[in-house]
Amino acid sequence: MKARVIVTLKNGVLDPQGQAIEGSLEGLGFSGVQSVRQGKVFDVELSAPDSVSAKAELERMCEKLLANTVIENFAVEIID
Amino acid sequence: MKSAVVVFPGLNRERDMIAALTKIGGTPPALVWHKDAELPEVDLIVIPGGFSYGDYLRCGAIAARSPMMDVIRERAEKGVRVLGVCNGFQILTEAGLLPGALMRNASLKFVCREVKLEVANANTPFSHRYAQGQVIRCPVAHHDGNYFADAETLAEIEGNGQVVFRYTPETNPNGSLNHIAGITNRQGNVLGLMPHPENLIEPAHGGEDGKGIFAGLLN
Repeated sequence: MKARVIVTLKNGVLDPQGQAIEGSLEGLGFSGVQSVRQGKVFDVELSAPDSVSAKAELERMCEKLLANTVIENFAVEIID
Repeated sequence: MKSAVVVFPGLNRERDMIAALTKIGGTPPALVWHKDAELPEVDLIVIPGGFSYGDYLRCGAIAARSPMMDVIRERAEKGVRVLGVCNGFQILTEAGLLPGALMRNASLKFVCREVKLEVANANTPFSHRYAQGQVIRCPVAHHDGNYFADAETLAEIEGNGQVVFRYTPETNPNGSLNHIAGITNRQGNVLGLMPHPENLIEPAHGGEDGKGIFAGLLN
């Protein structure tokens, strides 16, 4: 089974990297950019009996390692 | 007073830490590799600085999930003193032994310089050799030292006196909230500190301002 985990910074957490990217985009002439927040994507292949249990397993992985829930949110998506 | 320095792959400040503990405490600390089966019975466990596991995923994240950290957590719960410096601080927050998180410096740059620290709580085993409010010099060297905690946690640690060291506002090198440089856990026996006191303990270093932390713990 293939899944994608997306980890993003919580609202209110300062993201200096996102801000630097935003500034660089503006410098390249993309004048409409209002905000950039940087996150992480994990593509995970795992064996699980069904997508419900795979999702539950991935959420446990996020809580234990993939995300730092002090500063980050996560979302799990089963691809196939 | 017996101490141990725990080393994870990628740490690089363990020699400085061993030198400081040996020089100030009089006996060399036990050096423990993270895969060693046992951590000796000691009064002080130190996690030094560096780049454990190449800072992969998040600084300190992989080391924080190693079996050795479970042992350190058990000892900390029993009241053994734990000091994490720089990457050691990051590892302790990732392991949940200390609240909050250390994020990328606001400047996005690695900072390697001297800062000034205010002793915000002199009533801890780590800081009692200093006077309350005393300002000391200390070197920093890090890329991710920007302390963050949500408003509730921040109010709690401030209220409990868990903030032990603060950068003076004009020398805050990383954008840390409330200029936080070092905090303890609620019980006060685990300290995480971003600056490197082990690098300012003798005249050859240009000063001895960092000595008090080790002298207070070891003597």
